[in-house]
Amino acid sequence: MTEAQTYSFFLGCVMPNRFPNLEASIRKVLPKLGVQLEDLEGASCCPAPGVIRSFDEPTWLALASRNLALAEMSGHDLITGCNGCYGTFKDALAVIHEHPDRLKEVKKVFKGMGLKFDGKVEAKHVIEVISELGPDYIRERVTRPIKGIKVGVHYGCHLLKPSKNRPWEQTQKHTFLDELVEATGAESAKYKDKNLCCGAGGGVRGSQVTVSVDIAKEKLDNLIEAGVDCIVDVCSFCHLQYEESQEQLNKELGEKKYQIPVLYYTQLLGLAMGLDPTELGLDKHVVNTQPLLDKIQD
Amino acid sequence: MTDSISRETIDSKDIDPEFVDEIVKAGADRIRTCIQCGTCSSVCPSGRRTAFRTRELMRKALLGLKDEVLSSHDLWLCATCYTCLERCPRQIKVTDAIIIMRNMAVDHGFMLPEHRKASQKLLSTGHAVPIDDANREMRKDLGLEELPPTTHSNRKALDQVQEIMKRTGFKDLIEGEKMEGN
Ligand code: SF4
Ligand code: SF4
Repeated sequence: MTEAQTYSFFLGCVMPNRFPNLEASIRKVLPKLGVQLEDLEGASCCPAPGVIRSFDEPTWLALASRNLALAEMSGHDLITGCNGCYGTFKDALAVIHEHPDRLKEVKKVFKGMGLKFDGKVEAKHVIEVISELGPDYIRERVTRPIKGIKVGVHYGCHLLKPSKNRPWEQTQKHTFLDELVEATGAESAKYKDKNLCCGAGGGVRGSQVTVSVDIAKEKLDNLIEAGVDCIVDVCSFCHLQYEESQEQLNKELGEKKYQIPVLYYTQLLGLAMGLDPTELGLDKHVVNTQPLLDKIQD
Repeated sequence: MTDSISRETIDSKDIDPEFVDEIVKAGADRIRTCIQCGTCSSVCPSGRRTAFRTRELMRKALLGLKDEVLSSHDLWLCATCYTCLERCPRQIKVTDAIIIMRNMAVDHGFMLPEHRKASQKLLSTGHAVPIDDANREMRKDLGLEELPPTTHSNRKALDQVQEIMKRTGFKDLIEGEKMEGN
């Protein structure tokens, strides 16, 4: 669309309402990479692919289309920092492109509301835009390399799947995020079942928290085993899952076994670009990030 | 009866031959080609922690055990990770089939109370996860607007979102009689 590097910033629910520190880090870091963000005024929940889409698909499609329409009307492509929202928009656009009658149905719902929508807008993920700039571009902008830090990279599911409707070169065994993490100077660690789901999606965390935390636990144990200094994710819901599950597990255990700091990619990159940890909201985490920050400083 | 260990006899009255047709029509078009290989179960993150078996759910759907499937708890253990859809050797859209069956379940009045609550929040605020006091404070601390520039700070936008949910029937679905007793 117009002006390649200005995007309509779609926030969703979890990021602005539970982890505004992630939002702050995206707002700080992206402009420094030459990517401008414009607020998508009046946006709603994406709505969530695993829940609202599971309850009433036509409502999911209509509300997703409304958010996309707001971006389309603003003349910019949409950008989001949540895998769930990304999945909703990519998959809603696919439904509309493959079934023109579904677009008609949506337009009928929009009647008289002043919403113009033809499904021409694109939806991108924050990490997709960064990976288009590429690891070399990132490396050139790093002023304070993150040395001696082992990162457990977590991609999340809806960023990558269904692969038929995602932009990545590969359908599995992805490396783009590992490369972007390593461009900051950190090391991306190998760990068991790296591609396993965080366990939060599909309404599982919302309704059966014990099962959900149990799925996260398996991955957290593998990360501890691999001796990582932190987790790096690119999804506000995976982020919530890793932050809150660790607290929950510690409570159940009665000891602080789970203390892996959880960073969003733009927080790690912001540190490597010399931004202050407070600006990036690193003082507002559930799991204390100070031990990691101390280790980076050394 | 639903105990998977006990021997069970499937009665013809439990079978709805149109159930699979409905699933196919809604988009999971290759479901009938399932060879019961179990690949879906073997890659399922939820199945490795619980007794949920994706293959079994597919089998029951194919048998037409509509009532059993729609009322089953298993339907809600899928984390929609899409791994089974990626790996199915018959290219069945397994995750989509699950989402289709969930839609049917909700239409029949089966919805978990927590899910109903999240839907009510969406109806009243435009967010399934709305802001709270602690996060208003945190936003201010971070130099962000206290309320995000979403339906949270735009009454007209919220009206529009609510009108859409009225028109699609979501409001009736969540607040209607079917959901009572849930
Ligand atoms: S992987 Fe596909 S073919 Fe195999 S049991 Fe599952 S749905 Fe059937
Ligand atoms: S999409 Fe659902 S059923 Fe399929 S592997 Fe993932 S959690 Fe299991």
